[in-house]
Amino acid sequence: MSQEKASPGGSKRMPSSIAVSESTPGTVVVTPVGRFSLDEAELLAADLNTAARDSQTSKLVVDLSKVSYLDSAAALSIKMFAGDMEQNGRPVMLVGMGGEVRRIMDMIDPRIVEDVSVSRLSHPEPVPAGAIEGIGEAAVTTAGSFKGLMVFTGELIRAVLHSLFHPRDIRWDDVAGNMRRVGVQGLPIVGLISLLVGLIIAFMSSLQLKPLGGDIFVAALVGIAMVKELAPLMTAIIVAGRSGSAFAAEIGTMVVNEEVDALAIMGFDPVRFLVIPRVAAALIVVPLLTLYADFFGLLGGLLVGMLGLDLTFITYIDQTGSNIALSDVTTGLVKSVVFAVIVSGIGCYHGMRVTRGAEGVGRATTAAVVSAIFFIVLADSIFAVVLHYL
Amino acid sequence: MQDHEKRDDREVVISVEGMTARLEGNTILEGITFKVFRGEILFIVGRSGSGKTVLMKHMIGLFRPAEGRVLINGVDVHGAGESDWAAVRRRIGVLFQAGGLLGSMTLGDNMALPLEKRSNLSDSLKKSIIRMKLGMVGLADTEHLLPAELSGGMKKRAGLARAMVMDPEILFFDEPSAGLDPVTSVGLDDTIAGINQGMDTTMVIVSHELPSIFKIGHRMIMLDGQQKGIIADGDPHFLQGESRDERVVNFLNRRDA
Repeated sequence: MSQEKASPGGSKRMPSSIAVSESTPGTVVVTPVGRFSLDEAELLAADLNTAARDSQTSKLVVDLSKVSYLDSAAALSIKMFAGDMEQNGRPVMLVGMGGEVRRIMDMIDPRIVEDVSVSRLSHPEPVPAGAIEGIGEAAVTTAGSFKGLMVFTGELIRAVLHSLFHPRDIRWDDVAGNMRRVGVQGLPIVGLISLLVGLIIAFMSSLQLKPLGGDIFVAALVGIAMVKELAPLMTAIIVAGRSGSAFAAEIGTMVVNEEVDALAIMGFDPVRFLVIPRVAAALIVVPLLTLYADFFGLLGGLLVGMLGLDLTFITYIDQTGSNIALSDVTTGLVKSVVFAVIVSGIGCYHGMRVTRGAEGVGRATTAAVVSAIFFIVLADSIFAVVLHYL
Repeated sequence: MQDHEKRDDREVVISVEGMTARLEGNTILEGITFKVFRGEILFIVGRSGSGKTVLMKHMIGLFRPAEGRVLINGVDVHGAGESDWAAVRRRIGVLFQAGGLLGSMTLGDNMALPLEKRSNLSDSLKKSIIRMKLGMVGLADTEHLLPAELSGGMKKRAGLARAMVMDPEILFFDEPSAGLDPVTSVGLDDTIAGINQGMDTTMVIVSHELPSIFKIGHRMIMLDGQQKGIIADGDPHFLQGESRDERVVNFLNRRDA
């Protein structure tokens, strides 16, 4: 009784197969033939197990004399098979190992593989948490990061107070550099987005107002929406994406490179040295960007008004001017100041919290943008309520 | 040991007293006590993960010990007020593993940082000091370069130059020769030994580079991760031959346990 199984390996590979024969009654010899490597290892193990199952009570011999090549994965599966069988009370005899095969077989110790599982047990991996545990864990994490944010806010306030009384301690060169990066380099995208938002608002509202003959109100609508709400909001979100993320990445990388430790040892307060210039730059530049966004938003509305609604330039400007009060502009600017602190502060906060290498920097960058946008919208909602009752 | 007796007369500059280090709830070191004497080159050695860097970061005040205390020149590093600590900090320099140079600044600006904070010198004197210190580590005329433009060995030397700007009494090194080729590494050893001899600077060096330990080390303490403490303290050559602790002998003779 003899059966041959060719393992499916494509024609390019050396054929490998397993022959099972019963040499003497009660002894089954399994003879792997050919080349066994990582690709065949699993099939080899399966075949060995099948042979073992088929030959229920017989003595099992694995003859390796016909093996032309054995890699460590295949050798491991043979050893593990032999180990399993021994545990089941059916020891397997491995015979016919040639020089090459013996060398690789001797190198393999299946216990190493088991030891890994043992050491895993002593450091139990967190079991996938259930819903309740998940909620609990999230609560603990959130509480931890809230506490961290509060501590950071405290340090930031202390540093800001110090800077107010010692303006010469502020690193103005860094402030200027950050103003350029946050402000000047952000001009194109802030302008473009605001123009498009202005266009969209004007266009959508004109669709509703035109049938009613209310074309003229488009100017006021765009003006109020942009100046009070959308220009500060869009600017802050763009700055969060461009600069909040950059702050987190820069400071995070500095933490990883021990630059922040070095600063502390040289006697520099990292918050004063790294965070203040960034927050100061954002405080100066974001309101200016917001004014700039106001202008481009109105320009977008004007384009729709003139090209789509047959309003004249003078009419549109006149309508806009008479419907926007100075207080609307200042409201937008006050918002933008708050947003500037949120974006830059949160960006720096996440950077300072980085612990583990490049991955940590990546996570901090994402967290900086996501939580900055969340807090911007939250603050904007608070503004909406407060301004309503004021 | 005559050497030992002589050492005990010497002035203690750092004293670590019963210090326990805990990070994220894991105890790394437990109840560590040792002294560092003026002018010596002390190596803190041990296998990876034995807490060498953690110990150093506690000694320089970056980490706060869970128990015990660290005194530098008699001042409690973690319990001192800001002004006392600032006075101590002025006397120590640290070379971080990655150099710790600020990537956004040129070498010259990096070197100027400690000066800017701590003294009111004229710009021209500052410049001369910077050039002198860069020259001492073999990096003359590099003050206009950014750290990213330097090789690994140059970064280490630049970090050393910055750590030395204020003529510190104590210099701490975190794995100074990690990632350096053998020749550069020997050069750095010579620089360290030269500064030690020339300026009587106390050196605390975290390292597991045997050649450096034997070449320039006056004394070493060995940490063990399992024991969470010091398992050897003494002259590296003496310990290599005479230590009865298998872990110490294996380490110093590069033998597998």
